[in-house]
Order: sequence, then structure tokens, then C-alpha cells
Amino acid sequence: MSGILERRLLTRDRGAGVLERLWRIPWGFVLLLCAVAGVGYVALLSAGSGDADLYANRHALRFGFCLVLMLAVGMLDIRLIRRCAWLAYAGTLGLLVLVALHGEVGKGAQRWIDLGPMQLQPSELMKIALVLALAAWFSRASFERIGNPLFLLPPAVAVLLPVLLIYRQPNLGTALIVAMLGAVMFWAAGVRWWKFALAGVLAAAAAPIVYDNLRDYQRQRILTFLDPESDPLGAGYNIIQSKIALGSGGIWGKGFLQGTQGALNFLPEKQTDFIFTLIAEEFGLIGAATALGLLMLVVAFCFLTALRCRHHFGRLLAVGLGTNYFLYIFVNVAMVTGSIPVGGVPLPLISHGGSAMLTVMLGFGLLIAVHLHRDAELGAVRE
Amino acid sequence: MRGVKRAEEQRRNVFLRRALILAGAQAAAFGFLGWRLYRLQVEEGARFATLAEENRLSARLISPPRGRILDRNGHVVAGNRLNWRALLLAEEARDVTATLETFQRIIPLSEAERARIERELRRRRRFVPVILREFLTWEEMARIEVNAPDLPGILIDVGTTRVYPEGEHLAHVVGYVAPPAERDMDGDPLLSLPGVRVGRAGIERHHEAVLRGRAGTVQLEVNALGRVIRELDRREGIPGQDVEISIDTELQKQVRARCAEGTSVVVMNARSGEVLAMVSQPSFDPNIFNAGVSAAQWRQWTAGRSTPLINKTTNGLYAPGSTFKMVVALAALEARVTTPGERIPCPGHFDLGDTRFHCWNRFGHGAVDMRSAIKVSCDVYFYEMARRVGINRIAAMARRFGLGVDLDIELPGVRRGLIPTREWREQQGQPWSMGDTIVHGIGQGFYQLTPLALCTMTARLATGRAVQPHLTRAIGGRPVRGARAEDWPPLGIPERDLRLMRDAMWAVVNEPGGTAIASRLPATQGQMAGKTGTTQVRRVSREQRERGFNVQNLPREWRPHALFVGYAPADNPLFAVSVVVEHGTSGSGAAAPLARDVLADTLQRFRISPPAPRIAERS
Repeated sequence: MSGILERRLLTRDRGAGVLERLWRIPWGFVLLLCAVAGVGYVALLSAGSGDADLYANRHALRFGFCLVLMLAVGMLDIRLIRRCAWLAYAGTLGLLVLVALHGEVGKGAQRWIDLGPMQLQPSELMKIALVLALAAWFSRASFERIGNPLFLLPPAVAVLLPVLLIYRQPNLGTALIVAMLGAVMFWAAGVRWWKFALAGVLAAAAAPIVYDNLRDYQRQRILTFLDPESDPLGAGYNIIQSKIALGSGGIWGKGFLQGTQGALNFLPEKQTDFIFTLIAEEFGLIGAATALGLLMLVVAFCFLTALRCRHHFGRLLAVGLGTNYFLYIFVNVAMVTGSIPVGGVPLPLISHGGSAMLTVMLGFGLLIAVHLHRDAELGAVRE
Repeated sequence: MRGVKRAEEQRRNVFLRRALILAGAQAAAFGFLGWRLYRLQVEEGARFATLAEENRLSARLISPPRGRILDRNGHVVAGNRLNWRALLLAEEARDVTATLETFQRIIPLSEAERARIERELRRRRRFVPVILREFLTWEEMARIEVNAPDLPGILIDVGTTRVYPEGEHLAHVVGYVAPPAERDMDGDPLLSLPGVRVGRAGIERHHEAVLRGRAGTVQLEVNALGRVIRELDRREGIPGQDVEISIDTELQKQVRARCAEGTSVVVMNARSGEVLAMVSQPSFDPNIFNAGVSAAQWRQWTAGRSTPLINKTTNGLYAPGSTFKMVVALAALEARVTTPGERIPCPGHFDLGDTRFHCWNRFGHGAVDMRSAIKVSCDVYFYEMARRVGINRIAAMARRFGLGVDLDIELPGVRRGLIPTREWREQQGQPWSMGDTIVHGIGQGFYQLTPLALCTMTARLATGRAVQPHLTRAIGGRPVRGARAEDWPPLGIPERDLRLMRDAMWAVVNEPGGTAIASRLPATQGQMAGKTGTTQVRRVSREQRERGFNVQNLPREWRPHALFVGYAPADNPLFAVSVVVEHGTSGSGAAAPLARDVLADTLQRFRISPPAPRIAERS
């Protein structure tokens, strides 16, 4: 009886007390995130050869800030979130255009906006904004309506626009991830199999054209991936050294701060893209599998939230957010194990770096909002 | 409203189904990552662990000091000197170009040096020092130190370099070192170290393995750039061992001072075979090889006839001429084709069919026995002896005296020389004629012998034992060979015959009429014995002979070589000597006086007091 009452309080009364909502926050999930960030802290301590001031402390500080932001976002009303979804999308798209025009040039690509202490990559933010916008778009559509190609046209444009902008930066890896994220949202919303097949055929037909337009370094990455040993001191160096570091960790690892590949700089960008390698080298298969397990739990929580949610907006949002984090993890770990071409994708919450952490923490804020409002009555199918 | 509810239900079911598929796919992806980790960390873990160690560890070699070469008195004739070098460490120089400019104002660098430095600076990593200048003097070092504040990144360090204090006096014996070439690579990792030198000639080359020592190793931990992080393990190498040679540097210098260009002298301890002096003129300064030989220097060394790089005592080949006559005499005695007392008439020539062979004295020597044939060096007597003995028995006897065979001398590339035989000539597709045998009776013809071999022959004549010439006395402080006459096996020639030879050789120097009577030792130093030799380098034609041939009128390079072999003291042989003066015209005129002076120097150097003078006794 009290459960129903509470549910009503939350669903009907927007002004439910802040304390009440704080109480409802899934603290276990927050703790899980803290554990993941803790793994990151230890790994970054090692990346700094034991010097916490180098990476680890800044990582902790940044995580603390993002944690507060996440909780604040989590307290927002889900209806407000849905109402602002397209606004957020439009804003982020604007940032992408801005970056294309005036962005800081870093690593040969225009990707960053300088915000003083932190640099912002709008392409990261776009992942959240896109999930939000697509969830909002599909939340009121019936299954039949989704079958209407005209209805699918605006969201398809909404996916392709940022994908093109990011690809032009040029950042092929992120562009592909955004495209995949969009595809997953379409899939979760119920778009028919054959439409994916059609899109797949079109993409395959376009692949040679895309390859011709790739930058040299992007082509090199693909070629290097196909045969990393062919260029052991050049482009294949990263993959080989990463595999050596991983493999030499063995089952039990070399021990904290005992890794040689990272400490002696054989491992490139060990504090960002290759942080997982560092964990695997020093803590072995045990440590790497544990870290992977924690990350999997985070993704699993997203799916559980989706399944528990009683409104379609929340479901789609949760699945999209979970998939977003999953893609980070999969691409990064597959990359460092030499399973897919190297593509500059960090491991958020563990890697050193702000944009990706801000992005996923914003996403988890939204997820908490979904969790808090899982029984809210919104988004009935519109005829 | 019911429709809405059904639609809601429908899309929820679709979503649930697809969300589960999605979750399943993602779980499978995690499984894939786990499998990848298992593959890399467990199945291939050992391989990658090895690769990681290889990445991390770098073994470097430390070169051991090269062993020194000492003479018989412990005097260093090849040593190591500290080599002060100026290095540039690019990463510590704020501005490499500016630092180089400043350095160049203090110590001028040549265009070539400048080019080498810039090439190395481009090629090497910034923490690897580049050598700017080697062999700094104290004055140059002081100038660098004073200007140190203006020279960031310039360091002075010290290595070693080979130094030969006696320079060209001992160059042929001691040899020299040079950076290893491809063919020197014998698998010793030490040879790959920069700055390492290998022996190229002489003792340096022969005792290379002993002198070189063994490299030590340092295990270093390096980072990805190759910078050394720390030293993990150090194993010191084994220093090269000192080699003591039998040369007496003082004697060597005295002998050298007496020798003109084209002269070779070997002085040997007749009993032990130890070589006391070995002079080949002209010589060269082996120190030049250290810094690298310039093209001009090399041309100067190799062009022309003087060949300073060649040790003529071991690599110069000469016909022995009359110095060979004792061998022919002994061969005749052993073959019993004559007796010491048999007298052979010498009319000044020897006819074989239509061919006439001349004696050096065209008026003839009258009837000569063996002793006087040697004393006056009668050619006709030995033409006749050769005719009776035949070339092969002469050759066999020659080989017993160390001629035309490999000697045990510790020098690389020593020439064996040539003692012809009938078979040797036939192998060349030529018949051996009696005329050939006749000519070879007086040491002319195809013979090719080194001064060292002639000295060995003399020592064997003096001792009757198969003395082997050698240079090494001790390695690492331990004596190497026996140094007494008893260490060598007897030649197996009757003592009576040998005594006859020695008596004849004594007569050559000490009896009126002997070819070297003008070259007696000063009375205070006792007596020496010996044999002169004069070998034609060109055939003397009949017309020349009839016109009154005089060698003094010939251009220098057509004049005969002058030879002398001898030993002293005559009644108790201790030292053997051989002298070859190229184009010296006459053995008695050029070689014998030099041999006398050399033996006098040797006797004095070793403080051998003369015994009571021996009275000449005629037989």
C-alpha cells in the first residue's frame, strides 16, 4: 500500500522532496561507478610511476566533479528531460559546427573546444544528445508508425548529420561509433530487420568510396591492423607493444608498479587509450577480467533499468546509454588486444581525460533519472 | 483507448525481445574480449613475457684493457695510453649549433670532422654522446675546461688507445693495431664495440687472442628510447695478458742506427733461438695506424721500392749465395762424395760440356780443399761438389738447417722461401739440367730465402741443434719456451763435419786470405766466425766479363746483394747474426763489417768477456 502511495507521489507530484529523491537514488550503482573510477585511479597511479600528481589525483578530482553533476542530472524530472531532448541535440550539433569552424587543432584533427581547464569534444557529447533525441522521437511512436519510411526519415537525418560532421573532423572511429549508436536506437525502437539489411548493403556499397576518401593515417591503421608485424617500428608498433604488455602480464600480473612495458614507455599513450593494457600487465588476467567484469555490471545495470522501466522513453534511453558505454569498452579493449584497428577510443572512468568521462557521467545521470522515474506515466502511444 | 493499450503492449513486446537480443549480443562481445585476454595472457603469455624482457633488457659489453707487449727487460714496447676525448651530448646543449660554433673557436675542427660530427648528430639519439675530438692534449683540455660555462653539453671523457713508445724501432716485430674489418669478425662480441682495435701485424696479430682479453658485460634496463634506466648486473671482463718478447730494445736501436735503407739484420741467441734484434730498413711508425692512416701516408708507404711496411727479415726473399756453401759441403760429406782433404783444382772456371761457369776470382784459386774453399769462397770447388751430390741431396740438407721450411717464429705471414728440387722444377713443366745443379752449388739460382732463415741456419751450424727462432718469452708472466740449447734436438750431423765448418767459418774472418779478414772483431771482444755472400740480381754476360766487368759501374738496383752470416764468440757460439744489404755490391765489403759491428754491439750489450785468443792453426 505504501509502495503505491510512494509511486503516486513520484509520478503525479513533481515536487516530491529532494531528500526523497536522494533516498531513491540507486546507491549501489553509484558505488559501482566509484569502484570503476577507483580501478582507474590505481591504473593512473601506475601510469604515473607511482606519482599521484601526474594523472591519478586529477582523475579523482574530475570524477568527483562529474559525480556531483551526475547526481544533479539524475534529480531532473524525466518529463523535462524529454522536453529538452531535441534542444540538447540542436545545441550539441551547433557545437560540432562550431568546432568544424574554429576548433583547436590537435593531433591533426579539429575536435576540441577549449574551455579553459578542460577541453570539450562535442563529438563525445553528441553520443548522449543523439540517444536522447532518438529516444524522444521514438517514445510516442507505435509499432505501425515506425514501419513508415517517412517517419524514419527525420531521425535518420539526425543520425547522419553529426556522423558526417565528425567524419569530416576527421575522426572516423567516433563517426562509426555514433552511427552504430544510432543504428542500435533504431533497432531497439523496432525498425524492421530488412531495413537494416538494406542499410547494410548500401554501406557495403559505399565502403570503397569511403576508403578512397580516407586520410592516409586512417588507411594505414586498417592496413596495419590486417598485418601489424609488417611495420613493427611504425604504425604497427602500438599494437605489438600493447599485445606484449598484455601477454607478459600472464595470469597473475607483474604486480602493482612492477610493469615494465608501461613504465619504460614501450607502451604508447598508456594513460589514455592504453590504460587497460597497463591494468592487464600489472594485475594479469585476474585483474583485467575483474575490471572487465565491473564494466559489464555497469552495462548490465543500464539494461536492467530499461527492462524495469514502464515508459518507452526511459527504456530506449537506458538501452541507448548502456550501449554507448558498451561501445566505448568494446572498441577500447578490442583495440588494445589487437582485435580491431587502433582508433583513439578511451576507456571512460578509467582513462585519463575529461570529455569521455563527462559524457558517460552525464549519461549515467540521465539513467538515474530514468531509474527514479521508472514508473512515471508518460509517453502513451500517439495515434 | 483499448487500441492505444494494445499498441503500447505491442511495441513493449518488440522492445523487450530486441533489448534481450541486444543484451545477449553485448554479453557475447564481453565473452569475446575475455577470450582474447585468455589467448594473449595465458596461451601466449610466456612468449610475450620473453618479448617484454627483450624489450627491457639491453646487454652492453665493456672492453677489457689490451695486454701490453714488453721487451726482454720488461720495457713496454706496446702499451695503452689514456685517450682524452671531447664529447657533445645533444640533449644537454641548449643550442647544439651554437655550442659547436663556440667549441670550434676554442679547438678548430676540419671540414671533414665537422661533416662527420653533424652526420652523427643527425643519426644518433639526443642522449648518445658524439665524439668531437680525440687525443686531446692537456692544453686543449684546459682550454675546454676554462670555457665550460659557454659549452653546455660538452663533456670530456677518457678511453684508451694503443701506444708504441719505440715507434718505428720495433714496428716490424710488434706490429700495430687497427679497427676490426669484416674478416676479423671471429664471433667475439667484443669486436663490435666502438673503439676496439685488433692486431694487424707482428706480435699484435700473432698473440691477438692472448692480448685481447674477454669482454665483460653489463645488463642494463632501458626504456623505449634506449635510454639507460639502471644497471642490473655487471660482469667484469678478463684483461688481456701481457706478452714478453725476446727483443732487446737497446740492441735493436743500436743495430737500427747502423742500417741503411734496404738492409735487414737478424740477431739471435744461437742456443735458445730467441731473436734479440730484428731490423728491416726502412721502417714505419705504428702509432699512425691508431688515428687512421691518411691516403697520402699510405701512398708514401706503398709506392716506390722502399716498402717500409714489409718486414724484410721474414718476408724479403733472397738467394743465399756463398753463405749457402756450408750446406753444400755438409751434403757432400754426408753423401761421401768427397773427403775434407780432397783438393779440387780451380782454374777460375768450370766447364760442363760447352757451358763455362766462372769462379768469382777469374784467376782461379789453385787446388783447394774444403776448408780453404769455404775460406776463400771458391766457386769452382762447389760447382764440382754440387755436380757430385745432386740437387735433391743439397735440398734435403738445406731443409735440416731450417731453409725452405716453415719456422716457428711468432709473426704472421712469414715467407717459407724456396729450396728447389728436381721434382719442384718438373712440376713447373721444366726439366732439371745438370747446369742448374752446378749453379745451385754456390747458392745462386732458384733459391729464395729470408734473412731469418739464414740466421737460423747459422745458429744450427754453430750449435748442431735444430734451433727454432722465436720471439715470445712469457705470456701473462709465465715462461713459454725452453731457452737452452738442450731443448732443441740434435741435427744428426757428425760433430767432426760441423767442427770443420766452424773452423772454416772462423778462417773466413780470422785467417789471412779469408773473404772477411777485414771484418774481425776488435781484439777486446774475442773472435767471430762467418761466411760472406754476394748474389747477382742480374746475369753477367760474356761480353761484359771480357770487357772487364766492374759492378761499381752498374746502376744501384742492378748491383748484387751483399750477405753475411756469422756467430760469436767463435769458440763458444752464443749469438748468430745474418745480414742482407740489398745492392750492397759485395758481402765482404758491405755485409761483413756490418755483421761485425752488430755482433760487437751484442757482445757488449750482454757483457760477454772475450776468451783467450785462439792461435790460427793451418791444416
